[in-house]
Amino acid sequence: MFYIYCPYCGEHREEEEFHPKGQAHIERPKNPEECSDEEWGDYLFFRDNPRGVHHEMWVHAVGCRKFFNITRHTVSYEILETYKMGEQPSITAANQTQSREAAAVSHQEGVRA
Amino acid sequence: MQRYSGFGLVKHALSHHENWERQWRNPTPKKQYDVIIVGGGGHGLATAYYLAKEFGVKNVAVIEKGWLGGGNTARNTTIVRSNYLWDEAAALYEHAMKLWEGLSQDLNYNVMFSQRGVLNLGHTLQDMRDIQRRVNANRLNGIDGEVLDAKGVQELVPIMDCSKSARYPVMGASWQPRAGVARHDAVAWGYARGADAHGVDILQQTEVTGFKIRDGQIYGVHTNRGDIEAKTVGCVAAGNSSVLAKMGGFNLPLESHPLQALVSEPIKPILDTVVMSNHVHGYVSQSDKGDLVIGAGIDGYNGYGQRGSYPTVEHTLQAIVEMFPIFSRVRMNRQWGGIVDTCPDACPIISKTPVKGLYFNCGWGTGGFKATPGSGHVFAASLAKGEMHPIAEPFSMFRFHSGALIDEHGAAGVAH
Repeated sequence: MFYIYCPYCGEHREEEEFHPKGQAHIERPKNPEECSDEEWGDYLFFRDNPRGVHHEMWVHAVGCRKFFNITRHTVSYEILETYKMGEQPSITAANQTQSREAAAVSHQEGVRA
Repeated sequence: MQRYSGFGLVKHALSHHENWERQWRNPTPKKQYDVIIVGGGGHGLATAYYLAKEFGVKNVAVIEKGWLGGGNTARNTTIVRSNYLWDEAAALYEHAMKLWEGLSQDLNYNVMFSQRGVLNLGHTLQDMRDIQRRVNANRLNGIDGEVLDAKGVQELVPIMDCSKSARYPVMGASWQPRAGVARHDAVAWGYARGADAHGVDILQQTEVTGFKIRDGQIYGVHTNRGDIEAKTVGCVAAGNSSVLAKMGGFNLPLESHPLQALVSEPIKPILDTVVMSNHVHGYVSQSDKGDLVIGAGIDGYNGYGQRGSYPTVEHTLQAIVEMFPIFSRVRMNRQWGGIVDTCPDACPIISKTPVKGLYFNCGWGTGGFKATPGSGHVFAASLAKGEMHPIAEPFSMFRFHSGALIDEHGAAGVAH
């Protein structure tokens, strides 16, 4: 069970109030007509699926009903930060090696990296 | 390989069952193989088995970072069926079904395949229209199927609440009598034993850390036990396929999600078929041991942690109790998660890749177990010939750019 901080409500709430909505920061191509089949297919179907730090969009479905972003580790499931739409993450895969807590969790649960 | 038989059982009883032969060897990796399979789950082991047995490629290694069948093969709810809507998917799953029907004999290993039938319930008028369409499509493809009304469902499963007073009353179901369940561990072990007997090297505790690629052609893999060379590499890594694809320098349209399942304490035989409901969203069967095997949908977020959230478990059990009020006080014994690689059109990817000689078999999402023999068979054929098997052809990874998707979402019954 996640305990998620909604950046709009300014409070931690339980996971059941939220829905995950997939990868964050995806932009629709400005001129779809000018896209090649590859570019359009990439936009529609191809998502980052990292084993590690991931930026994803969530909606506070039974709270303020606003969309926001979460940076989360996909092995330890640790939530590293939440931030509003339009903002950029301060924690990324590039500046974050697997945190010590994350390593401890995956070790503890016998999860192989 | 010592063949298993009733006579063998008696013979070994005389020596207190202490002299059974090991089911497979634990070899040291050779420098070079003709084909390397990455991933020692059911699909990977089946691929190796058919490569060696049917397609004459015996110099094969299966590389597994953990232990055999330690991933989704041993984490699914063991349901086998082939009542898919679209021709391409129906051909693939029915190919598997036909292999299932002779699998125990073929492997000389009891996979406990039990054709106890699968019900896919309908709770709304639209459900029933979809069921009729799907059953008609199945019959045109030579797959058995019947449409039942609520009375027919009640006769098959007397303990289910088919009354009008249910919150989502059962209006009917599709019924595939040839569908059923199989023992998932035995499938992995049976294929491993069979492949080993044909000379396949099964390398456990061996993790692929990179691919050796020169001029767009693969010629080996890096592992934690040294480099191993092969001009043909097939990846069957389920939830970790995206990670492997990235090592190969390309992306796959997959997202890895936790899918949870649970079993109850063992109870006396009460449910002799498999019941699935897309609408209240849960499925249940009873194992030979007596425990109820229960599953439902994925956790919505991406995850590689082989565990999910409790609210998902709660929703699953709500659905089961809605259908079977009689189970409301059965206690759950164990609960776990596997990492499923979901594809946008809920159909697998069995495909060549931008790297020559590198093939992927992935994207099975929530429904890969039922396809194990068929998936392994067509993938082996493709690896052996260097050309995709006709049944595998439509499942190319390039369909997400061409637009030729095989949209099995919702059509297949449950949990996609």
